[in-house]
Amino acid sequence: MDDFTEEQIERYSRHIILAEVGGKGQKKIRDASVFLVGAGGLGCPAGYYLAAAGVGKIGIADADTIEISNLQRQIAHSTKRIGMSKADSAKSTFEELNPDVEVITYKERLSSKNIMDIIKDYQIVIDGSDNFPTRYLINDACVMTGKPFVSGSILRFEGQVTTILPKDGPCYRCLYESPPPRGLVPSCAEAGVLGVLPGVIGAIQATEALKLIIGKGELLKGELLIYNALKMSFKKVKIPKNPGCPVCSENPSIRELIDYEAFCEVRPY
Amino acid sequence: METEADKKINIKGLVCPYTFVKSKLAIESMEAGQVLEIILDYPSAATNVPRSMEDQGHKVLKTEKINDTDWLILVQKGKE
Repeated sequence: MDDFTEEQIERYSRHIILAEVGGKGQKKIRDASVFLVGAGGLGCPAGYYLAAAGVGKIGIADADTIEISNLQRQIAHSTKRIGMSKADSAKSTFEELNPDVEVITYKERLSSKNIMDIIKDYQIVIDGSDNFPTRYLINDACVMTGKPFVSGSILRFEGQVTTILPKDGPCYRCLYESPPPRGLVPSCAEAGVLGVLPGVIGAIQATEALKLIIGKGELLKGELLIYNALKMSFKKVKIPKNPGCPVCSENPSIRELIDYEAFCEVRPY
Repeated sequence: METEADKKINIKGLVCPYTFVKSKLAIESMEAGQVLEIILDYPSAATNVPRSMEDQGHKVLKTEKINDTDWLILVQKGKE
């Protein structure tokens, strides 16, 4: 395994020692590409650990700038960087942690117009978005292109994670067929969120991505992992594949991407 | 009867865990059944490297102190 430098052998030694990773797995990690949707509560920890792990290429899409209210949980940013683009800030943090990693930023909102062109360059998508239109857009785009993605969501003290392997298990629409009606589900800005919660959920998303990359272990496929920080409990709920799913069934009714209207306009502060 | 090594590494001067990291990277590049010869001089690695190799499915054929400072370890690569 002469392709690793001495410095890389030291940097990744705790991975190389693992029977399930080794030099071979570390090379897969180096050659991997992961696209992070959002450099917020979930994207910060997920991207941070993927950068530390040596994922060769990380894409980050985030159109927002850093606000002081983000810093209670979005750990890749800093007080000095308030007002800076979140994507640029995360890129700078991740590259400082590990110069082996190439970070590409997309300072734009994902929509039906740009998502296909962006995700085609990545092996895995991590959904760290904070809104339903983006979540359904990612699901549909990944199902249509057969791309694995790891979905995460957080609210108050509770978080959820599931890994979606299109054509090999249920998709997000098998779980929740369409976005909830306006006003039914509060956003973090309205409802609050324990700052460390996305750290746990984002780290689990990164773990799923790494297992996908090295091809080891069992994924949260067809299962929703629910973490409750107040009870300090984890539970898994089976997600059945919906044979009539509008997007991943044999005869899908959705064949084109949909731009749902964003229904939460609450400004976080 | 002497076993002929297919690959030899000299990792004198390295300490744990790099003794095992280097040995593992070397054996990963070999075929199952081939034999790796490791020369090292870090005392605890003389027990740690063989134990880790066995843990990860390889067969330790020999661990021998060959002079005042060095050990020779022969490991046969196991099946994946």
